[in-house]
Amino acid sequence: MSDLVLYLLVFGTLGGAFAGAAILVWFERRLLGIWQDRLGPNRVGPLGIGLALADIIKLFAKEDWVPPFADRFVFIFAPTAIVMAMLLGFTVVPYTSELHIADLNIALLFFLGMTSLAVYSVLLGGLASNNKYALLGGLRSAAQMVSYEVFMGLSLMGVVMLSGSFSLVDIVNAQAERGWFVISQFFGFVVFLIAGIAESHRLPFDLPEAEHELVAGFHTEYSGMKFGMFMLGEYLGLILISSMITTLFFGGWLGPGFLPPIFWFFFKTFILICFFILLRAGIPRPRYDQLMSFGWKVMLPLTLINLLVTGAVELWL
Amino acid sequence: MLLDMLSAIWSQLLTLAEVLKHTFTKADTVQYPEEMPYLAPRYRGRIVLTRDPDGHERCVACNLCAVACPVDCIALQKTEDEDGRWYPEFFRINFSRCIMCGMCEEACPTYSIQLTPDFEMCEYDRQNMVYEKEHLLISGQGKYPGYSFYNVAGKSIAGKDKGEALNESPPVDVRSLLP
Repeated sequence: MSDLVLYLLVFGTLGGAFAGAAILVWFERRLLGIWQDRLGPNRVGPLGIGLALADIIKLFAKEDWVPPFADRFVFIFAPTAIVMAMLLGFTVVPYTSELHIADLNIALLFFLGMTSLAVYSVLLGGLASNNKYALLGGLRSAAQMVSYEVFMGLSLMGVVMLSGSFSLVDIVNAQAERGWFVISQFFGFVVFLIAGIAESHRLPFDLPEAEHELVAGFHTEYSGMKFGMFMLGEYLGLILISSMITTLFFGGWLGPGFLPPIFWFFFKTFILICFFILLRAGIPRPRYDQLMSFGWKVMLPLTLINLLVTGAVELWL
Repeated sequence: MLLDMLSAIWSQLLTLAEVLKHTFTKADTVQYPEEMPYLAPRYRGRIVLTRDPDGHERCVACNLCAVACPVDCIALQKTEDEDGRWYPEFFRINFSRCIMCGMCEEACPTYSIQLTPDFEMCEYDRQNMVYEKEHLLISGQGKYPGYSFYNVAGKSIAGKDKGEALNESPPVDVRSLLP
């Protein structure tokens, strides 16, 4: 791959991710509207798509305020961390067998590491705000993300076992031979899906921000573009998790040949994003202790059994 | 325990399916300024004062509406014309106080004060919410066409003496001995 193509790809990914996140804000609200028998935002431009731009302008135009009681440096650093971590996660996503920024041989671990780094953002944001609600939100997110990370990683080990590689390109190529891993690794898929929602702390697992109990959770004190960064990070996380599920379980760019592979990748990712929004529209938020006990008592044993069975099948069959 | 868990998961999946079904239902939203909602004829909106079939004001300035009003937003002053008709000298409704409860309409003995299906009465200046009689009075009869208080009441006015109203018997001469 020539340098020019690589640069184009890097900036394309950057711009695409940002634009995607901005449009998602509008798209999610429209879709929630449809599912709740409303119309959703439809005033700015055709179908209300101008809302994405209007939202950005609004966020940039707001006063960039740091509360006097906050830990200034950490307060400003926290929202940037989540965006950085999520964008770095995008570097390993393979759009097609040719089109990828970096085909690392440890791509999967890199992805897991980057999503783990996002915990710092939420945690430090909650801590630096010097506000009890923010602190509670940060505390919750730390516990939630750390515990869901355990089996988020473990659930992928089945995939790694079947494909014999940590490289995402190799994993997709393995699915060309063995069929999509969503079938052979169904429980791994379910666990990764649930852990992915918890990891990007979206509804129904948005307990760190639970606006009914904690005002706005970890970003209570944030406003303007610093709040926008948290939102951006959340939507980037949504896109990243969706594209990772596509890659790992739904055969990435694989699909019928009448359309280019890149279409299939984005199509599957799009469907998964819609599914995440559907979860938000339909599922109520669990209580915090239910969330934790669900994680440790159901998800973890399920993952381990799945891992064991996969290993046994791989070894002896 | 496993069964409970499976049924819980099943219930969540049913919820998702139910929500997904709503992709194909029509939105309930009425896009208001472009698409006007239907308001029933008895909708309690902007208050008007109506006239009787002859074009006279129906209001006889009895003050019952002002008394009935729970927020005291009606003010009026009674006066009398040369025909002997009572009418309000001024009639003022402060719509920034009015709660559109319709008590005034219920209290009105002459069907004069009526609420109409119109609610678009926003103003930038609060003072413009105070409606005087010339703003309230309409030229029509409102919801009760054909009704005229003086034609059915015993009060004598010019051109209609006692006993001449609709269904009214002539006055009894109390000093006469005849039955």
